[in-house]
Amino acid sequence: MDKVNLLIAGVGGQGVILASDIVGEVAIAAGYDFKKTDTLGMAQRGGSVISHLKIAPKVNSPLIAQGDVDILLAFEKMEAARWAYYLKPDGVAIVNNHVLPPLSVNLGVETYPSDDTVIADIKRATDKIYLISGTSMAADLGNVKTLNMLMLGAISHFLPITDQVWKESMAQRLPAAILEINDRAFEVGKKEIRNDNLR
Amino acid sequence: MLELLAGNEALALGAYHAGVMVASAYPGTPSTEILEVLSEHKDIRTDWASDERVAMEVGLGASYAGVRSLVVMKHVGLNVASDPFMSSSITGINAGLVMIVADDPGMHSSQSEQDTRNYARFAKIPVLEPSDSQEAYDFIEYAFDLSETFDTPVIVRTTTRISHSKSVVNVNKVRTEHNRDFTYNVSKYVLLPGYARARRPDQYARVAGLEEHAETFELNQITLGSKDVGIISSGVAYQYAKEVFPDASFLKLGMVYPLPKKLISDFADGVDKLIVVEELDPFLEENIRLMGIELQGKDIFPTIGEYSPDVIAQNAAKAGLIDNIVVSNKPAEGLPKRPPLLCPGCPHTGLFSILSSIGKRSAPKKTTDINNSGLVICGDIGCYTLGTYPPLSAMDINVCMGASIGTALGMERANVDKKVVAVIGDSTFFHSGISGLLSAVYFDSKMTLVILDNLTTAMTGHQDHPGTGVSAQGDQTRKVGLEQLIRGSGVNDLEVVDAFDIKTIKSTVKKALDADHLSVIIVRGDCAVRIKARSGPRAVETEKCNDCGMCLLLGCSAIQKDGDKVRIDATLCAGDICTICEQVCPRGAIELK
Repeated sequence: MDKVNLLIAGVGGQGVILASDIVGEVAIAAGYDFKKTDTLGMAQRGGSVISHLKIAPKVNSPLIAQGDVDILLAFEKMEAARWAYYLKPDGVAIVNNHVLPPLSVNLGVETYPSDDTVIADIKRATDKIYLISGTSMAADLGNVKTLNMLMLGAISHFLPITDQVWKESMAQRLPAAILEINDRAFEVGKKEIRNDNLR
Repeated sequence: MLELLAGNEALALGAYHAGVMVASAYPGTPSTEILEVLSEHKDIRTDWASDERVAMEVGLGASYAGVRSLVVMKHVGLNVASDPFMSSSITGINAGLVMIVADDPGMHSSQSEQDTRNYARFAKIPVLEPSDSQEAYDFIEYAFDLSETFDTPVIVRTTTRISHSKSVVNVNKVRTEHNRDFTYNVSKYVLLPGYARARRPDQYARVAGLEEHAETFELNQITLGSKDVGIISSGVAYQYAKEVFPDASFLKLGMVYPLPKKLISDFADGVDKLIVVEELDPFLEENIRLMGIELQGKDIFPTIGEYSPDVIAQNAAKAGLIDNIVVSNKPAEGLPKRPPLLCPGCPHTGLFSILSSIGKRSAPKKTTDINNSGLVICGDIGCYTLGTYPPLSAMDINVCMGASIGTALGMERANVDKKVVAVIGDSTFFHSGISGLLSAVYFDSKMTLVILDNLTTAMTGHQDHPGTGVSAQGDQTRKVGLEQLIRGSGVNDLEVVDAFDIKTIKSTVKKALDADHLSVIIVRGDCAVRIKARSGPRAVETEKCNDCGMCLLLGCSAIQKDGDKVRIDATLCAGDICTICEQVCPRGAIELK
C-alpha cells in the first residue's frame, strides 16, 4: 500500500486529534509525505470531530474526496454511521462499540439509532466492519483515555509501518507516567483485528 | 529537519526565523495558535492586545521604531483593525511589518465569510497566500523582504484549512535579525492632510512597482501540462485543483495582489481554455478580466462556502471539464446531530438557565412560545453564544464582537416592548464592550448588562487578556480591575455573583430587571475546561426522581436520559465545582455519588 487515506471520527474529548497527530508522525518517520486536517465544531467538548489523514509519496489536498477513504476509524458508533459514506467500496471500518448520546437524544427530541441501523448504514458502504469494544477494554486496562492508542493499535494492522516506529512516536508524545498503560492499550487494539470481530 | 507542523505553527516559526522582535494579536479562530506558538520564544516580545486595532497599532509602532513586527488576526479582526490598517498604507513602514490575516471560508467558527484580498486591494497592500505548511513557513520571510523593499505592510493571507492542516515542513532556516534605527520623519509618520496628500502618489507608485516585481517573483510559478486547460489558482484551492486536474497547466500565484499582467497574459495565450479556481470572491477573476483576458471561474465554481476536492470535481464535471463522477454512497439519513454545547460545569449555564426560565424560553415538559417572553437578550461573541441553542434558548441577537451593549441600546431607544438584557463575556468586554458601556452610561440606559466573567478568553483556548494580569508569554503584569473599570465609567448599580450560586443569580437578575436604572451584574466562575482536578460527581437517586425534567433544561451533556430514567455520566460531570443540577432539582434527587 503506497497510498492510504484514513478518516478518524469521534466526539470532542475522546483523543481523536492526538491519535491523528501520531499517525502523521509515524508516516513521516517511515518516509512518506503526509497531510492531515481536522474539522472541529466551535466548542471544546461534545461536538463531532473528524480528521482526514493522507499518507502517500506526494500529497496535495489535505481533505479526502468522498468515496476515497481506505480506512474509517470511528471512536463512537453513530459517528461511524455518519461518515461511512466516505469509504471506498472495499474500504475497512473499525468501529468502537460505544455510545455517546448527543444532547438531543438526552432531551428526547431525537432517538439514537439501533445497533442494526448503525451496522446497516455502514454496510451500505463496506462489508469489512470490525466492531470492537474499545472503550470497555480501555476501562479494563484502568484508564478509559487510552482508547485512542487502542484504536491506533487496531489501525496499525493495516499500515506499512513497523511497531517500533509507532512506539517511538508514542514515547515522544505521551507523558512517561502513562506511556506503559498506553503501550498496553496499543497491543490490545492490535489483537482486535480478527475475524470474530467482523460484522 | 522535517517536522509535521500545522499551518499556524509554520507561520509562527517562519516569523521567528525571519527575525520578528515584536508580535501582537487578539485571539480568533483560526488564527489564535500563531501568537501562542510565537510566545514560547522568550527572546522576543509577544502580547495579546485588548483588540485587533491595538494589535495593529503596536505592530506599526514597533515597525516605525525599527524592528520587524508581526500582527495576527482573523478576518473579522481586520474589520476592527481597519482604521490603522488603511493609514499604514500611507505611512509605510521602517522595519518590516507583516500581518497574518486568517479567513474562514465555510464559517467554521465565524459570524461572516469575508475575503481579505478585497481589503488588500482597498488599502493597496500586497498579499501572499501559502498553500500548505511548507509555504506558510517559507512565505513569511518573503513577506518581510517585500515589506522592507517596497516600504509597505504585507499581508499573509491564510484560511482555516491552511492554518489548521498539518503537513511536512523542511525547517531549514535559522533566526536572523534585521533591526534598523528609528529616525524622526514627520512627513512620513504624521498623517496631517498636507503630509498624507503628498504620500498618496507613492501608494500608487508602490503598487506599480509590485506589479512589475510580480512578473518575475519566484512565488508565482507556471507548471506546464496539457495546453487544453490552464488553471490559475492560489492557496489551498490550488491543492484541490491539482488533484482534480492532474494534467492541466497551472499558474500558481503565491502573491495574489498585485497581479503580474504579462505573466498571466502569456499563460493565457498558451492554453485553449483559461480557468480560475479561487475560494470565496471572484477576486483574481475580476482583476484578470480587467486586463482584457477571457476566462471562466465563478460560472463554474461557487462563491459561497469552503472548497474541497469534491466541490471542485462536482462542479467541473457539471461544466463538462472532467468526466462525471459516480457517487456510490450517500450519507446516512436521520442521524441525530451533535452540535457544539456548553461544557459540563460551564460557569455560563446557571445564568442562562435563569434567563431562560424568567424569559419563558423553556419549561419542563412543555413547549414554550418565544413571543411570550418578556425579555430581549442581546448577546455577544464567545462560548456563551452557544446559550442560543435549546434547551436554554437564551440569546436573541448576536452580531459581532462587542455589539451586545450597542444593540441593546438600540432596542431601548426604539422602545421595544420587552426588558432589555445585554450578555457579554469578560474578554469580549475588554475588547469592545467597554465602548458600548460608555454609551450606555451616557444614554442613561436602564438595561441589565450581564458580564460572564470566566477570567479568560475561553472560546479560543484560554488566552489571557487585560483582566487576567498575565501576558501572552506567561509573565505577571498589571491587571485591569473589571469592577473598578465599570464603576469608573459611571455605573452605580454593580453586583458580583458566583456563577454556581443559582439562588443568588436569580434574585440579582430579578432585581436588576425591575430596576429603573442601568444595572451591571458580573457572573464570575472559572472555565470548567481549565480545572483539571475534579471531585464529587453527582448522581441521580432514582427512587426520589420523578422525571420532572428540570435538570435536563440545563442542557448539560453529563445529564443523560436513558428511557425514562435520568442519569449523570460520572466521567463527564464536573462535580463539586458546579452542582447546578443539584440546586435546580426540586425533589433533592441529585446528590453526591
